[in-house]
Amino acid sequence: MKVSYFPGCTLKTKATDLNEYTFKTAEALGVTLEEIENWQCCGGVFTMAKDEVATKLSSVRALKEAFAKEQPLMTVCSACHNVIKQTNHAMQTDKEFAAKVNRYMADTPYEGEAQVYHYLELLRDVVGFDAVKEKVSDVLKGKKIAAYYGCLLLRPGKVMQMDDPENPTIMEDFIRAIGATPVVYAKRNECCGGYIAMESPSLAKKNSQGVVENAKAQGAEMIITACPLCKYNLIKNGADIPVVYFTELLAIALGIKEDTHE
Amino acid sequence: MNKKYLQEDLLRMSGVNPKKCMRCGKCSATCPAYDEMEYHPHQFVSMVDEGDIEPLLSSESLYRCLSCFACIERCPRGVEPAKLVEAVRLVAIRKQGENHMTANDVPALWEEDLPQQAIVSAFRKYSK
Ligand code: SF4
Ligand code: SF4
Repeated sequence: MKVSYFPGCTLKTKATDLNEYTFKTAEALGVTLEEIENWQCCGGVFTMAKDEVATKLSSVRALKEAFAKEQPLMTVCSACHNVIKQTNHAMQTDKEFAAKVNRYMADTPYEGEAQVYHYLELLRDVVGFDAVKEKVSDVLKGKKIAAYYGCLLLRPGKVMQMDDPENPTIMEDFIRAIGATPVVYAKRNECCGGYIAMESPSLAKKNSQGVVENAKAQGAEMIITACPLCKYNLIKNGADIPVVYFTELLAIALGIKEDTHE
Repeated sequence: MNKKYLQEDLLRMSGVNPKKCMRCGKCSATCPAYDEMEYHPHQFVSMVDEGDIEPLLSSESLYRCLSCFACIERCPRGVEPAKLVEAVRLVAIRKQGENHMTANDVPALWEEDLPQQAIVSAFRKYSK
């Protein structure tokens, strides 16, 4: 199966491993990713104001290209996913906004027709967690792993529609599919602080430490995330258990990468 | 700016109807930036509703919101306070020379392993 892929700025720079293992694990599971040609940065955060048009054009261009190729558009960075999915929703539901955007687009108007998947959703809904389970070894057996959703994958729930925003299971089901044991904890869907790391490092520290302490208190030996900024904030603020991308663990379970964690 | 016009503009930009708010304070209770805010999400809603917008426009609270969407998700009345916080912030930073962060500020804030995502996000929220 071929799927259009939007990597985003950070996956080409500070998070090249997230990009690499996304490609490799997808390929191993029968999904070929075709990178959007000339994609532009999504901007990192969705601008909620309805009169903001320019900040959403890069997302629409990527969506439009995927739609033209009759492929779904897949993202893996939580931030890209949030921006692109919210933009697509605005194109579907806000006619006035869509009309303004389409003035900047060549040929046929776009109305939010493309299907958007986060890699986790693609694993659940297209590949299937059962199919993943069949392909993995038992190297991660018994490992207690805390899924860190953060804010961007799930919210706003009515737009993202990935999972129940207050009681999600997709990442825990993923952890089970790769043979490990999920650890559920209260702060798994609370914010790490995100970009506030630049404006107020103390606020990012407070939030991030709260997440790690809570995960550890529930017995976690490792935290997984899909977001480079979550990973940065948790590690920067003293996480003393490994914080890794979910794709790295998937690569380990599939035998694509060696397990270097204890 | 004319007060009435500003209020209407904020409501138009954000799509928020502050009249739906029942002032339960849940948005502020769930806000991870609460401790660092002078005005909290529920106050953005009530103050915009009352036309008391000037204090919000000059408050640092505008730059403390994390865009975490918690108040949007958890408001029992679907008011979506963060959309108002954002609209007020945009009114503030869209004025010439009022960017809260510029490229010149970045070297001092930069850390070796800081992901690009943090910088582009901060720019999107703090400057025009
Ligand atoms: S949670 Fe909603 S209804 Fe309650 S105070 Fe906040 S905006 Fe108003
Ligand atoms: S979106 Fe902003 S105002 Fe709303 S809860 Fe998050 S930090 Fe607070």
